[in-house]
Amino acid sequence: MLSTDSLRADQGTPVTTGRTPTSAASARRLSPHLAWLEAQSIHIIREVAAEFRKPVMLYSIGKDSAVMLHLARKAFYPSKPPFPLLHVDTTWKFREMITFRDAIAQEYGWDLRVHVNEDGVRRGIGPFASGSAAHTQVMKTEALKQALDAGGYDAAFGGARRDEEKSRAKERVFSHRTASHAWDPRNQRPELWHLYNTQIAKGESMRVFPLSNWTERDVWHYIAAENIPVVPLYFAAERPVVERDGALIMVDDDRFPLAPGETPQIRKVRFRTLGCYPLTGAIESEAVTLADIIAELESSSVSERQGRVIDKDTGASMERKKREGYF
Amino acid sequence: MPASLSTDNLDVRTNEAPADAAPARGLLRFLTCGSVDDGKSTLIGRLLYETSAVLDDQYSALEDDSRRVGTTGDDIDFALLVDGLEAEREQGITIDVAYRYFSTPRRSFIVADTPGHEQYTRNMATGASNAALAILLIDARKGLLTQTRRHSIIASLIGIRHIVLAINKIDLVGYDQKKFDAIVADYEAFAKDLGFLTVQAIPLSARFGDNISVASPSTPWYTGPTLLGHLETVDVEERDTTGPFRLPVQWVNRPNLDFRGFSGTIAGGRVSVGDAVVAAGSGKSSTVSRIVTFDGDLPAAEAGDAVTLVLADEIDAPRGEVLADPRHRPIVATRFSARVVWMADELLVPGRSYNLKLGTRTVPATVRAITHYLDVETLAKTPVVSLGLNAIGLVEIETLVPIVFDPYTESHELGAFILIDRFTNATVGAGMAVEALGATHVHRHGFDVDRAARSDIKHQRPLVLWFTGLPGSGKSTIANLVEAKLHALGRHTTMLDGDALRQGLNADLGFDAASRTENIRRVGEVARLMTDAGLIVLCAFVSPFRADRDRLRERFAPDEFIEIFVDAPAEVCAERDPKGLYAQAREGKIAAFTGVGQEYEPPLSPEIQLDATEPDPEALAVRVVELVETLVLGANRSAETSSEL
Repeated sequence: MLSTDSLRADQGTPVTTGRTPTSAASARRLSPHLAWLEAQSIHIIREVAAEFRKPVMLYSIGKDSAVMLHLARKAFYPSKPPFPLLHVDTTWKFREMITFRDAIAQEYGWDLRVHVNEDGVRRGIGPFASGSAAHTQVMKTEALKQALDAGGYDAAFGGARRDEEKSRAKERVFSHRTASHAWDPRNQRPELWHLYNTQIAKGESMRVFPLSNWTERDVWHYIAAENIPVVPLYFAAERPVVERDGALIMVDDDRFPLAPGETPQIRKVRFRTLGCYPLTGAIESEAVTLADIIAELESSSVSERQGRVIDKDTGASMERKKREGYF
Repeated sequence: MPASLSTDNLDVRTNEAPADAAPARGLLRFLTCGSVDDGKSTLIGRLLYETSAVLDDQYSALEDDSRRVGTTGDDIDFALLVDGLEAEREQGITIDVAYRYFSTPRRSFIVADTPGHEQYTRNMATGASNAALAILLIDARKGLLTQTRRHSIIASLIGIRHIVLAINKIDLVGYDQKKFDAIVADYEAFAKDLGFLTVQAIPLSARFGDNISVASPSTPWYTGPTLLGHLETVDVEERDTTGPFRLPVQWVNRPNLDFRGFSGTIAGGRVSVGDAVVAAGSGKSSTVSRIVTFDGDLPAAEAGDAVTLVLADEIDAPRGEVLADPRHRPIVATRFSARVVWMADELLVPGRSYNLKLGTRTVPATVRAITHYLDVETLAKTPVVSLGLNAIGLVEIETLVPIVFDPYTESHELGAFILIDRFTNATVGAGMAVEALGATHVHRHGFDVDRAARSDIKHQRPLVLWFTGLPGSGKSTIANLVEAKLHALGRHTTMLDGDALRQGLNADLGFDAASRTENIRRVGEVARLMTDAGLIVLCAFVSPFRADRDRLRERFAPDEFIEIFVDAPAEVCAERDPKGLYAQAREGKIAAFTGVGQEYEPPLSPEIQLDATEPDPEALAVRVVELVETLVLGANRSAETSSEL
């Protein structure tokens, strides 16, 4: 079990819980660009709370989610955010992510709902047994739809950014979904000024992306400036990994099917994105602080999704997944 | 990879900022526009590449894609970096707005990539609405095109004040200065009245990188900045901090009984603790006692900041209200003129009602009239009766309740609005407020003799009984029976008859869809006056369009409008055919006859549904009267409620 104390984002200042606002806005310390992004995201989050009947915030436990949660707390202060958190648990997340998730929900006093596709579990769906595509479809996309339907949510926040992937670049901030959660990229509503059309028919829903205009750089600079806690997996440490199809996969539990005679190697690695551990490649790194991560990022020459096994089927695989209801 | 793609000697890479410093710089949002094949996508791909925004794995994917589907032979096709959707790749065109992000040590950039196809003008307006600068691409071989003019005018209307004239494919005209100078002269002559503050013309080759980030040796005659150099340094005002203070209330923040704050993003100007503010809609005044944020209270805040204001007095300021500088108040009006960019296939026709969202306020609104259509190629103004997809016009708008706004030229945040179709929920129009029409800042007076007084004296509640159904279904017959019975019970009634009105009040209207809509609207207004007089108003109209009937309903208080669906199949009605109309329609003597050729849209949830195949209209009339009698005796609507409507 991870103690709250170990949720420190950096090896520097510990995270304060229930912080007392004292200094005149750390926002003043932000660069003009980050301050603009922050204000824009807060505007979007408030708009959802004001205009939807039953919103929910998807919590993926990653760095983008960490920023989104932080912005939601800022948006409604001194009130608490008027919506719950929802984590769709594929049962294959890194163990440290789950520990972190529970600690954060407790520290922030936020209602966290966890959904697992129990039908998928019964059918034995998993990344090793079923392959990445089937696993993602059943345990992530289907599970998400189940959870949204069961909760009767009419708006769901996601931490996706437009700079992540080409088909995301054209997604709206407020992205309309049909009653069956489908996304139609040909029938998107034009989005002008800061005027978001939030009207939907009964049964339909909206996916809302408050971090649309953030880049990976912005996210890390903001995490550093605001001292936001993130999962320790983002920092380099000695971890047991094996190499699969050119990617370093961490052996996070004993469900990992090692080849006969294969033993995991201990390497100093970290993760740029976090997902299901068998589908997430680590990078060799010496970055142990936020400053190290930012320095590494500035000199990096590969994109963050490079470690994501599920994106690689074909150039347009993300768009197909999104049409089916993937976030 | 051609030699010119080498980036070793680029400025942007050699003076990289220290990596550990948070980027302390501003943001420039711009859009690119131009005709198909002018090379927009290639230019953006090139900008991303030259600012190191394209990473190794993306570059290798790009090399693959270029070989597979590229249009540049063996070279890298930079356009493939930005054309994301499968269909676009197949068609080779961009079909939507896409946003791209890159940065240099001096500035961060957000690029809206907007399509050049004529039918996608709405996307250009979308991209322009959040941009401070536009790059207009011009093919050096072709010079100014219709699209260039169109895009310049749209950019100007949306309020863009900075233009880069990117004269692309300069390599294909042999880097000829004369060609460049001629295009620049053409453009300056064309754009002199469009209100641009800066127009920077640059000779470019997006494909080969000339003048993108380093001055091209092939254009020694050009002494201006490179494209990136200009984008990094051009001075644009991103935040409107000089105008009067405005805060559209987005969310009322009430964690407990001791705290009541008004959360929102400051739309204009600055505010400090102690400043006087007025809730523009209600006219109630107070002073700012705190400016609250998660990071602590602030002494002052300015346009663009998302804050929570606490006021010294308990005044009501719900979502949609605007807190403003009391010395410089925004306009409060129900009628105003506006420029509208129409974005739907269905025509904009006066009389239809939409939801209008402006700031944080959404209200029902009607386009009362179209003043003119603006030709975005010639700037000619033509009177028209409707606006089609991608048309821009000046219109008169009327909102159901007063709305707070500023002219768009003074405030984009409080002058811009969208129109939303109330039935499909689509965003159908983008609008920019121009000025209030008629009397502003005038609040309705409560008259001494009001509708409550008028209906009290009759011992009844006013109602509208709206009979709808196919011609020949028996609407008028039943309505007449109902009125006779109500009259016998001592009720005060009146009857509005379609044929009678069409001979008088509506004699100018025909039977096309727009006239039918207007016919029903007028009937509704007359019915409203009659209910103001305290009467029970019976209306028997085919009223085939559900949307028209739903709009009528909105003009009345809840429970005041009773929709009665006289339901009989078309065959039954045709057989009855009391006026011989079905026979004439079948012979083609009547165009657009409901039931023959023209669709009837039955009500989805009428208050009363009558099975009109029932041979005895008496029994049906009795059912109606029974329900009406229970409603008539209900409490009178208060004058306050009805005057809101």
